[in-house]
Amino acid sequence: MKLTGKEARKLLFDPIVENNPIALQILGICSALAVTVKMDVTLVMCAALTTVVAFSNFFVSIIRHYIPDNIRIIVQMTIISSLVIIVDEVLKAYVYEISKQLSVFVGLIITNCIVMGRAEAYAMKNPPIRSFLDGLGNGFGYSFILIVVAFIRELFGAGEFFGIPVMPEWYPVNNFLLLPPSSFIIIGLMIWVIRTYSTSQVEENDNPLKAHTFKPLTVKKEAADG
Amino acid sequence: MADLMSLFVKTVFIENIALSLFLGMCTFFAISKQVKAAFGLGIAVIVVLTLTVPLNNLIYTYVLKEGALAWAGLPESNLEFVELITYIGVIAAAVQVLEMFLDKYVPVLYNQLGIFLPLITVNCAILGASLFMVEKNYNFVESVTYGLAAGVGWALAIVLLAGIREKLKYSDIPEGLRGLGITFIIVGLMSFGFMSFGGILL
Repeated sequence: MKLTGKEARKLLFDPIVENNPIALQILGICSALAVTVKMDVTLVMCAALTTVVAFSNFFVSIIRHYIPDNIRIIVQMTIISSLVIIVDEVLKAYVYEISKQLSVFVGLIITNCIVMGRAEAYAMKNPPIRSFLDGLGNGFGYSFILIVVAFIRELFGAGEFFGIPVMPEWYPVNNFLLLPPSSFIIIGLMIWVIRTYSTSQVEENDNPLKAHTFKPLTVKKEAADG
Repeated sequence: MADLMSLFVKTVFIENIALSLFLGMCTFFAISKQVKAAFGLGIAVIVVLTLTVPLNNLIYTYVLKEGALAWAGLPESNLEFVELITYIGVIAAAVQVLEMFLDKYVPVLYNQLGIFLPLITVNCAILGASLFMVEKNYNFVESVTYGLAAGVGWALAIVLLAGIREKLKYSDIPEGLRGLGITFIIVGLMSFGFMSFGGILL
């Protein structure tokens, strides 16, 4: 099967809004919250994760015919952890300050479900180049959410952008947004926005009471008068 | 002893692994629709954390740490770069052994935990706790307490969330927010609630 340009674009850009790993697939949420206080830290984290997803998909896909089915998780884990170790060492060598701020979260890319999930769901069944593009696409989808969250938090929380003050003097900074829980609420609202535009993502209403329609209690006129 | 008690309380409430450090979020969102399932998963996480954190602590102190191999005649060794791969190996192995042990000796519990056990290998709370244990330099006894407390904290958080979500089923939520969206916002509010424990002085 030859890979056409259209397919490649679909692989790359579908996961950004249509099939976002965080907003729809519920994958890789942990790190999305803890590393989004500042833009520079977030960008480094996104780059690290995208590299790991893309290459782990690529390597898993290359050896997919030789992996025995019952030990595949361990094989994938080994590939992923080797890649994460490489990324971790590179970060420590070149951007030491940021790697200190990321602390354990670089290591936690190993257990980030996006990486495992894509290796298992896509790379095990598809040829290397496609898997690589799928990995890149999902990395971008993850980065998209993280960058938006980090942008909102840094701009309104600290009045800064990449550490440079940009908000006018009269703007009182909202320290509330610097607290980690606020990123949950921002992501929740982003999901709302995404699902308003792409209604196919709306979840089914499992409210056991939905079959009933609530009519306001009509009190008889006479009784009310009396 | 008092130190260990305060470490326990601090890890369960102030530095709750789910609501303050945001670890294990994927399973936290996926398996919190019913209290019963959440409870089973919580117990499994407690057991695995109490086992793996001390195990990784021993491995770190006697094999990986800089100069740790002095007892084997290699005083200049520093194996810290294989830390991640070792921990993940230990966790995967521990989960596997635990699964076989439960299957043979405590089949009742094994059947209750069912699919949750293998899922735990890829739960970031487990690996995260081991990494934090190293970062904070805990000794063996402290690491046992830390593992147990981290598990209890996570279990507490997921059971609380499942309780809220069970009630939430009956509420009238805007369409786009239904399901995942509203859960995110609720977890955010719970997390703000847990932040108030931060004022406790121990």
